[in-house]
Amino acid sequence: MRSALIVDDVRVSIDCDADIVAARQKGRELASQCGFPSTDLAVVATAISELARNIVRYAGRGQVILRLVNNNGKRGIEVVAADDGPGIPDIGMAMQDGYSTSGGLGLGLPGTRRLMDEFEITSDFGKGTIVTVRRWRR
Amino acid sequence: MQVPILKQGAYRIATVQSALTDEDLKQLRDALVGQVSKVRARGVIVDVTALDVIDSYATRTLRDVAHMIRLRGAETVIVGIQPEVAFSMVKLGLSLEGVATSLDLEEGLAYLSRKGNGSDHEVRPHR
Repeated sequence: MRSALIVDDVRVSIDCDADIVAARQKGRELASQCGFPSTDLAVVATAISELARNIVRYAGRGQVILRLVNNNGKRGIEVVAADDGPGIPDIGMAMQDGYSTSGGLGLGLPGTRRLMDEFEITSDFGKGTIVTVRRWRR
Repeated sequence: MQVPILKQGAYRIATVQSALTDEDLKQLRDALVGQVSKVRARGVIVDVTALDVIDSYATRTLRDVAHMIRLRGAETVIVGIQPEVAFSMVKLGLSLEGVATSLDLEEGLAYLSRKGNGSDHEVRPHR
């Protein structure tokens, strides 16, 4: 009855750095329910940590939405990090290793893309940013 | 979540017990750098066995700790990075370049002892 498994979205409000920890712990729990091996749990939790920190650092607040997804029997986890912050003026630059406007290491977005199987980003300058990532169970 | 810092001869050992927020990490950094100055510790071990995530911020803070403590003339060893954490760090593009790491606490103490900075501290000879 695996296909009957329906899990509602898990929404985590991101407001401060404690929420970063909460988001990645919820993501780890959800991925664990999906049967991901422990290496993947760390990968997913790390990606969530980077995305949530970007929200705190650049937008101040936003949310992380976690959900289990199913694509033709392939199961995985989807993480959406959304904010109404200032947006990213140059996504091309933001996706480069070592580029940061905040004095960080500049690995958050490019590193998250490497960690996950799928990565989509939309950002409207002045309106906000939505990053969607997915990792599929092997 | 405060990280307890234990005294072990000329060394200080910080054992992380659970997930740390960015603020916790900053506090840990300041406490360790402060202790090295105050008690003239020769070496610091940060045991991160309990951490299930070491992201870019945590990596940067741990690196800062090691570099600041080195500037004070002492050594830092990060011990206990779990294999899946190491995997994620490398994928993300993180490294702890210039920072000593050891498998576990015992190896970390042996490392500090080899460095010759803890002559008043007894460490069991390592296999």
